[in-house]
Amino acid sequence: MKKLLGLATATAMLLGTTAPSFAADTLALVVSTLNNPFFVTLKEGAEEKAGELGYELLVLDSQNDPAKELAAVEDVLNKDVKLLMINPTDSDAVRSAIRAANRKDVPVVTLDRGASGGDVVSHVASDNIQGGEMAAELVNATFEGAAKVVELQGVPGTSAARDRGEGFNKGIDAVDGLMIVASQAADFDRTKGLNVMENILQAQPEVNVVFAHNDEMALGAIKAIEAAKRDILVIGFDGTDDAVAAVNDGSMLATVAQQAAMIGSLGVETADKILKGEDVADYTPVPLQLIQK
Amino acid sequence: MNAKDFIRENIPLFGLILLMTAVSLYSPNFLTVDNLLNILRQTSINAIIAMGMTFVILTAGIDLSVGSILAFAGAVCASMIAADTPLIVALLTTLVIGAALGAASGTIVAYFGVQAFIATLVGMTMIRGLVLVYTDGRPISTGDFDVANSFYEIGGGYVAEIPIPVIIAAVAFLICWYVLNHTQFGRYVYAIGGNEQVARLAGVNVARVKLIVYATSGALSALAGIILTARLESAQPTAGMAYELDAIAAVVLGGTSLAGGRGRITGTLIGALIIGVLNNALNIMDVSSYYQQIAKGAVILLAVVADGRSKASSR
Repeated sequence: MKKLLGLATATAMLLGTTAPSFAADTLALVVSTLNNPFFVTLKEGAEEKAGELGYELLVLDSQNDPAKELAAVEDVLNKDVKLLMINPTDSDAVRSAIRAANRKDVPVVTLDRGASGGDVVSHVASDNIQGGEMAAELVNATFEGAAKVVELQGVPGTSAARDRGEGFNKGIDAVDGLMIVASQAADFDRTKGLNVMENILQAQPEVNVVFAHNDEMALGAIKAIEAAKRDILVIGFDGTDDAVAAVNDGSMLATVAQQAAMIGSLGVETADKILKGEDVADYTPVPLQLIQK
Repeated sequence: MNAKDFIRENIPLFGLILLMTAVSLYSPNFLTVDNLLNILRQTSINAIIAMGMTFVILTAGIDLSVGSILAFAGAVCASMIAADTPLIVALLTTLVIGAALGAASGTIVAYFGVQAFIATLVGMTMIRGLVLVYTDGRPISTGDFDVANSFYEIGGGYVAEIPIPVIIAAVAFLICWYVLNHTQFGRYVYAIGGNEQVARLAGVNVARVKLIVYATSGALSALAGIILTARLESAQPTAGMAYELDAIAAVVLGGTSLAGGRGRITGTLIGALIIGVLNNALNIMDVSSYYQQIAKGAVILLAVVADGRSKASSR
């Protein structure tokens, strides 16, 4: 089998064509689910970059099932892949799959979701702290350095809520005229976003802008603001379909979106560096994008 | 009734008044008409679910499926509104679906002798699964037809300055109160919770009463789901998660015994208000979310312990 592959590679080299130098090393990408547009976009980003850099990309779908994920990894490890990119279904459950790759000395890169064990060369994911900072900068720019701000936090203790809050607070604290008048948890939930915002509106006669750690809470807050007939801008996070629609119809100022395609393409770039023996960072942050009207 | 008995009987009410006094001393924004109506509107959803839960707990049962039924009812209702279904048809269908889902759990409890905790835990899990299948894991918007605007009024509208959800909750409360206190069915509910064996020997059709009780809880959960969906103009697949705990807490705070047979629906209403006031106060005072859970737990513990002590001393 190995000989055959070698022969195939040699033939490919002779034929030359578009692939640069060493043609068609195979990378594997195991995705948590392809039933969600976000991960489909991630996969497409990876495919495009793989084509550009001249890799074969083998894509497998774990269908959100850690058992299928492990089976998929075991399958690709038998196919002479040079590197495994994995977007885990679950940070804990993925460990055995990563150890299987470690045993075969196949380097592993995690995408979007990290792993809590096993040897991972690099983790490629959105920079939530930077996303929070971007929201703060938008507040600063929109209100020219003077605004009363409400922060709706995600589930206390989750990494997304911690990082988005940290970046946002850092950005707001840096400007004297910006003040957070209330900072309350609404647990990433639309209903709680509505209720908590209603309560905050009772307490705060003056609010200019709301930053919610995700779009669901932002959409709930918008309902509260509309019902109270107050004039308050809202910034969300994630870039979900509902939020993008709200941005387009003017009810939401902006949403900080993750760039799924870029997570895929940076994953392949990182893989390329690893295979060429270059140094890579443990964590490759992927920039976020502000979606505005 | 002497003064001592009166206090003993109304510990939850005094707890609520104490809580409200304390918060209003701390925050000038609390005791305003606007905020009180806001609290009532927010409380109406939990209060409606807790009324159904009161019936169930009075029969010594429990209903963990209320949050899932709320979510399923909301999703079905939202998709009917989005398809321009006449309002009354959509509402009635949703309520019937809620009652049917409740009755399914009720059948398992009443006729197959499965413990309520397990039967409704299964219901909670399976119905949540149904919600995810039905919604494909995405929120369902109520759409742009005219009917969506009148539907919104159920959650966001007012009649003479009173929010409509508050009026709905008040009507539901009056009906529940009347049924429990002034009908034969209500007496059967208490009798079953007091001693099921004796009730059966006295000729009460225990299974049938239980079935109706769980169906009522399901229908009221669906009603809460309608209001919630109307307020947001969209149904969330994750709606109502952990609502069973708030509803059970309201019932227990109101002085109803989890062992069944003893308790009042007025107490449940007060229990729901205590939880609503607490949530509102913590937001208004901008208490850090890390401390909020501790504060909530402490207030509930205090209320239940005070009630337990007063009941123990009355024996």
